[in-house]
Amino acid sequence: MKNTVEIRWHGRGGQGAKTAALLLADVCFKHGKNVQGFPEYGPERMGAPITAYNRISDDELRVHSNIYDPDYVVVVDETLLEAIDVTAGLSEDGGIVINTQKPKEEIIPHLKGYKGKVYTIDARRISEEALGKYFPNSPMLAAIVAVSKVMEKDEFLSQMETSYQHKFAKKPEVIEGNMKALRMAFEEVK
Amino acid sequence: MAIRERLSGNEAVAYAIKQVNPDVMPAFPITPSTEIPQLVANYIANGEIDTEFIPVESEHSAMSATIGASAAGARALTATSSCGMALMWELLYVAASNRLPLALTLVNRALSGPININCDHSDSMGARDAGWIQIYAENNQEVYDNFIQAYRISEHKDVHLPIMICQDGFITSHALANIELLEDDKVKNFVGEYQPENYLLNEQETMALGPYAVSNYYMETKKAQVEAMKNAKQVILDVGKEFGEMSGRSYGFFEEYKLSDADYAVVIIGSAAGTTKDAIDELREKGIKAGLLKLRVFRPFPAEEIAAALKNCKAIGIMDRSEGFNGQAGPLTAEISAALFRAKSQAKVVSYIYGLGGRDYRVEDALEVFDELKEAANGKEVEQFRYIGLRSR
Amino acid sequence: MAASDISKITEKSPWQDITEGNQIYGPGTSRLFNTGEWRTNTPVFDADKCTQCLLCTPVCPDSSIPVTNGKRKDFDYEHCKGCGICAKVCPFGAISMKEGQ
Repeated sequence: MKNTVEIRWHGRGGQGAKTAALLLADVCFKHGKNVQGFPEYGPERMGAPITAYNRISDDELRVHSNIYDPDYVVVVDETLLEAIDVTAGLSEDGGIVINTQKPKEEIIPHLKGYKGKVYTIDARRISEEALGKYFPNSPMLAAIVAVSKVMEKDEFLSQMETSYQHKFAKKPEVIEGNMKALRMAFEEVK
Repeated sequence: MAIRERLSGNEAVAYAIKQVNPDVMPAFPITPSTEIPQLVANYIANGEIDTEFIPVESEHSAMSATIGASAAGARALTATSSCGMALMWELLYVAASNRLPLALTLVNRALSGPININCDHSDSMGARDAGWIQIYAENNQEVYDNFIQAYRISEHKDVHLPIMICQDGFITSHALANIELLEDDKVKNFVGEYQPENYLLNEQETMALGPYAVSNYYMETKKAQVEAMKNAKQVILDVGKEFGEMSGRSYGFFEEYKLSDADYAVVIIGSAAGTTKDAIDELREKGIKAGLLKLRVFRPFPAEEIAAALKNCKAIGIMDRSEGFNGQAGPLTAEISAALFRAKSQAKVVSYIYGLGGRDYRVEDALEVFDELKEAANGKEVEQFRYIGLRSR
Repeated sequence: MAASDISKITEKSPWQDITEGNQIYGPGTSRLFNTGEWRTNTPVFDADKCTQCLLCTPVCPDSSIPVTNGKRKDFDYEHCKGCGICAKVCPFGAISMKEGQ
């Protein structure tokens, strides 16, 4: 079963956590994996806490439940740390990636004694620097790939470039910014 | 060579529709099936298929227009969920009694109320007596494969019945997952051209459809529907086998997972079957003989076949994702219990209700069920009808 | 199924002989159903009083007033149920109702 990596995303409606989960599934699919990418099923409401999930495996994926004991958690919006028990069930062999401008030491006390690895990334600064706007999902996607090591950096970047070329066929000018955000996030997540 | 892809369940059905290229699709949007007509409309707008899309003002009209198109001689379909199908109710019976081989891609969702958009089977289970063929899927792959087989079954001359291709709302409809697609020409050859024998737009032969049937005709008409439904059994097996020869994925009435030597069996429909399989693997590692019967075809109901497949089990847990309010069993349990009774089964049968309104069904839930079945088989009195995953004081 | 076969289906037919979905093949099959047998009052046509105004033809619910070359003929008693509407609308007293068939 440990062939399967399980990831839980916490975000707010409209921030693209669901899209990021689908992009992660997509890029891992291209890497040859069996994947699942799905949101917590329900009405989508701007600003409301939302959850999305990924399973990534070499084996066939048959379980269709939500993920309760993830290997990794991604927190797209740090204000969720107060509202949601983000580390619930999180494996201490895995880790949590949090989008924040604060130093790690300030974040850890909010994690209810979680003893696994804590990673932070300033997705806002990266996004604003690379894209000129705040779209946290690209940096968070790169951060979780870097942390979970579901694939190598070079392959990830080249697969993402292909995806973006397809996705942004009509606005190619945004591709470089997104690629820059991915590269920066891959380096900066700690 | 199969095409390796990743699609959600809705995308998979829409892709199958594109490959089949039916003649007419009237539809009205409702969560979680909305993407299906939306994607088909995109295919049409892009000139990829020449299906006539009819935007209608309600699901009652959607099914009416599908019936009209099918009666006219077109290969027709619609898509819906939950309350959308409830609004089609009257027409479901009309489609079946008029013996029209049309298709409905249903994305299962709880019926109101309380209003809820998530998965359970109360919509299609409520329509189980409407005279439709009902085929369910565990995942995106199966719903894709089932749709490709749909018209081969419904249009067969011994059948001529409408067909419902069901999948679990959100759980499979909105989850991105791996899938193997077939090449367009393979699908086209497999499905074939629709050549109706009798249809309203046939200028060589005038016909009338849907006449009033007085009491002297009504029962004979129903009996003929029953026979057609019986005939569908062989056709479903033949089509499932032929599909397997083409794709490498064969289909029957149900899938047996580690069932042949199982002492304890779960019977379940849809996506929860996959979750149950992981529980079974866990139990098998501990030497516990757990097994699964995943029902694919609910109408026609393969009663004898199910009873035969379960004949060596000591305890059987039958899992319903809809409530029947008879106070003793869900609809699937009631029907399988009748089949087991006729087959003189001595197995202990427990009826479980799970997953209503999108309540998550976990590997742990399946383990709990098997645990209880083991106790029941060992002679312990267990509650014969209960809810899984329910909060209770 | 050939158009004429519909005439072989009766209220005594076994289920196997009923057409699929009660579909009716062929046009004008109601002609095969002699509703004239239901009649308890019968219209009588007086050709001498008739001006061929043709007011009676369109009101007949059973299409039992045949018209050829713009002129009505005598009643189709195979299908006329004797409702008497034609007698009511006739302005010239050219149609009278008599009791019985």
